[in-house]
Amino acid sequence: MIILTDQAFEPGEILTAFCAGRDETGAVVSFTGLARAEKGAALILELEAYPGFTDAAIAAFAEQAKARFDLQDYRIVHRTGRIAPGEAIVFVAAAAGHRRAAFEACDFLMDYLKSRAPFWKKEHGPDGERWIEPTARDRTDAERWD
Amino acid sequence: MARVLLFGRLADQAGWRERVVEASSLVALRDFLAADDAELGEALTGPGVQVAVDKIIVRGETVLAAAAEVAFLPPMSGG
Repeated sequence: MIILTDQAFEPGEILTAFCAGRDETGAVVSFTGLARAEKGAALILELEAYPGFTDAAIAAFAEQAKARFDLQDYRIVHRTGRIAPGEAIVFVAAAAGHRRAAFEACDFLMDYLKSRAPFWKKEHGPDGERWIEPTARDRTDAERWD
Repeated sequence: MARVLLFGRLADQAGWRERVVEASSLVALRDFLAADDAELGEALTGPGVQVAVDKIIVRGETVLAAAAEVAFLPPMSGG
C-alpha cells in the first residue's frame, strides 16, 4: 500500500499496524526518513507530487521490489507539501519470510524513492528558496541495484 | 481543450500551475504557450523535461484528445 499525504504522520503507529496479524512473516524491516535542519540552512522542505502519477510510479516500482525480493507485503508513506525539520518525510516497511529479503527490499525501495521517484523538492532557507535535484551519492546508491 | 499542468521550477517560472488551453496536438499546445511566454516555451523543451498525457509519459509528438491532461515534468528530485 502506498500513501501520499500532506499531513504529519507517526511512523510507530504505521509500523505497529503493519506488523499486526502476521503469523507467517518472519521479518519486518522499516525505515523512517526525517527532514534535516542542515544547521539552519533548511527552514522548510517543500515536496511536490503529481497525484495519480507519482503514486502510480511508486506502486509500479514497489511491485518490482515485491517480486525481486519475494516480499509478502510492503507499506510506503510519503509526505508532500511543507515539511519542518524533525518531521518524518518517508516511511517504508517490507515484510518477508526471512530477514535478508526484508533488509534488502527496504534499502532498494529507499534508493529508488530518494533518487528516482517523481517528486519535486524545494528547500526554503534563510537566504531564499532553491529547487533540489538528487545528489551524486543518491544516484550511485540507486545504481547499485541495476 | 487540454488541461495543462506545470510542476517544480516550471510552475515557478511561469507563475501558474494549471490552465486550460485550446489545442489538438502537443505541438499546437507548445506553440500556444510559447507565443504567450517565450521563456516558458523554451523551458518546456529544455533538457530533462518530460511530458505526460493523461498521466502517461509520452516521447515525441502526439495528438490530444478532447479534455486531455498534459503535464510538463522537470527533472525529478526524488523524495
